[in-house]
Amino acid sequence: MRTLTRLLAGAALATGIAGAASAQDDPFTVGFVYVGPTGDFGWTYEHDQGRLAVEEEYGDAVETVFAESVPEGPDAERVITQMILGGADMIFTTSFGYGEATNAVAAQFPDVYFEHATGYLREHPNVSTYSARFYEGRAVIGHIAGHMTESNIVGYIGSYPIPEVIRGINSAYLHAREVNPEVEFRVVWAYTWFDPAVEADAAQALIDAGADVIMQHTDSTAPQTVAQEAGIISFGQASDMIQFAPTPRVASIIDNWAPYYIERVGAAMDGTWEQGDTWDGIGSGMVVIGEMTDAIPEEVRASATALMESIGAGEYHPFTGPINRQDGTAWLAEGEVADDGTLAGMDFYVEGITGEIPN
Amino acid sequence: MIRLEKRPTPSRAWSLGTPVLAVLLTMIAGGAMFAALGQDPFETIRIIFWDPLFHERFAAFSRPQLLVKAGPLILIAIGLSFGFRAGIWNIGAEGQYIVGALSGAAFGLAFYPSESVLLFPGMILAGILGGLLWAMIPAVLKVFANTNEILVSLLLVYVAEAMLASAATGWLRNPDGQGFPGSRNLARHPGTDNPVPLDPGGKIVGFLERIGLVSDGRILGGFFTDAHVGIYAAFIAVIAAYVLFQKHMFGYQIKLAGQAPRAARFSGVNPGRMVLLCLGISGALAGAAGLFEVSGPAGQITIDFNAGYGFTAIIVAFLGRLHPIGILFAGLLMALTYIGGELAQLMLQVPAPAIQAFQGMLLFFLLALDVLSNYRIRIGRAAAA
Repeated sequence: MRTLTRLLAGAALATGIAGAASAQDDPFTVGFVYVGPTGDFGWTYEHDQGRLAVEEEYGDAVETVFAESVPEGPDAERVITQMILGGADMIFTTSFGYGEATNAVAAQFPDVYFEHATGYLREHPNVSTYSARFYEGRAVIGHIAGHMTESNIVGYIGSYPIPEVIRGINSAYLHAREVNPEVEFRVVWAYTWFDPAVEADAAQALIDAGADVIMQHTDSTAPQTVAQEAGIISFGQASDMIQFAPTPRVASIIDNWAPYYIERVGAAMDGTWEQGDTWDGIGSGMVVIGEMTDAIPEEVRASATALMESIGAGEYHPFTGPINRQDGTAWLAEGEVADDGTLAGMDFYVEGITGEIPN
Repeated sequence: MIRLEKRPTPSRAWSLGTPVLAVLLTMIAGGAMFAALGQDPFETIRIIFWDPLFHERFAAFSRPQLLVKAGPLILIAIGLSFGFRAGIWNIGAEGQYIVGALSGAAFGLAFYPSESVLLFPGMILAGILGGLLWAMIPAVLKVFANTNEILVSLLLVYVAEAMLASAATGWLRNPDGQGFPGSRNLARHPGTDNPVPLDPGGKIVGFLERIGLVSDGRILGGFFTDAHVGIYAAFIAVIAAYVLFQKHMFGYQIKLAGQAPRAARFSGVNPGRMVLLCLGISGALAGAAGLFEVSGPAGQITIDFNAGYGFTAIIVAFLGRLHPIGILFAGLLMALTYIGGELAQLMLQVPAPAIQAFQGMLLFFLLALDVLSNYRIRIGRAAAA
């Protein structure tokens, strides 16, 4: 099925590009570099949806190209350069590991606009970075998980022990504990972003350890399949994963890049593009909570929606004190809100989470 | 009835002819696949094999990239060919590559921010030593505990990957990196960077221009304009391996150990010493490749620093028939399909899995046609024996 979709998508794309090229002599060309396959139904899939939204928005004025499954090593620099030699005027590099390569190429092509996802390096005026406040979404699904677990054990598949993932674990845990003081989190580190076999093993290990709710910070749908077989619940990650609803997937965190991509491409085309560092969340629509299914009791759906809305309106910050670090030392005082700098570099668990962060 | 009859010695003509035939068959089968995907097969094949070398817009960039991509493959494959010829199977070059990069990078970063000219040679030595020691684990276990080097070397890849992740997120993490994983950039710090001797803006090319030997700043068709020290090391390794295999007693002993282990033992070849030497050589070269990569094209230690060179090099070694010159061409051919494949993805939006299938076809035909150099095809009844 996946192959067929890809075949069709490939054919559709080929004709689409040919059409765009013949309609206008020099459309604005936007290149996308993906870390996984566009058919992963997770992280890369959502970036590709953003790309398609750009095409839809600007029609013949824009042409897009992409390269999928580009390793985050020495190859990235070459792929980006080749895109530019092929005519790209703007490049989106959609994974953290492309940071150095993006900046290295940006130095050589000062007239090309660069947008790097989830990174922090902006060494040249033509490089912007952008990311989403995924932890806001984690707060909402953590809230649901705290209500839903009966064994009081929530399994969490982490990719790598980096600040973004640790932040997500902390946010989910805080909001699960808020509604269920008995809850425990078990974290397994998969050391991969996308490896269905490893992710499935991790999910099974967590289920064997008693987890009846699985959260994932990896990109494949394999944990959903395992959760389905085990008859427990899970949450869609990066993409809606709606094909697993109503159970095991009871809700999801969707990365919605389309509005940002449309805005930035538009700005680059009319010359108003400026370097920036964007970190948007539920409020701006960059983070979306996918449909909560009937498997969640109605009052929990209502409280989760209320939480989502108060975060979106900026009334509530998921990291609001009092919060202690895992070792018991104070981090945030009563009513104090975490600053972005600490969140960006978060390398500690909050109090109550057992286990250690590797290293 | 079609029968295969073993040739007494492999056919020389077919040994040379099969690679060409395999490429042609790949073009036909791959072309059919691309046509089924709705692409123009001739254009796709041209973009993969021709454009990286001769396209007016891409060639100036992709020609030197060809060597940058092929360099580590050739260097590792040359090392592997020693063991493979002797029947010693080091499947864990990927791990040795990682440990070489880690050791070399750690050495360079330990002296940060020193810019001493001795730093890079020290990093090379550390990289070689790291890869060598990592390969010594399966070697010593095989010699003294009779373990299987295939399993041990392969499993050590996963250990090395865990070490890499821990280095990138912990002990080698860039202190100025705001908590993000990844080491400092070695390639952008003088002293730890992997030099590019024929860089068009560099001293050597400048000197050659001054004395009138070069006019446009590009030497040897521009192939070497991005070639870092590791590429030269790969060429030296090819020559050294050629001389060893053709002229030296050690090369003969390796061949003997692979083809007739008992005969080798009777003629005084110590099998344990052979294991240590072959795994040591391949580990050292893989470690060196890792160091050259981390200080050059990759620039830094990251969680996903290893891009599979150690595994691809196994294919390159066999594609090259374990012969140094063959490995040189096999490495360049693999690099061409990677770079051309990327171009096809960008220019025509050919899906990445189709490119991988195309590469797979090439390997399939090359290895399948091997049968022609080792066997004669007979049509008709078997002659009475």
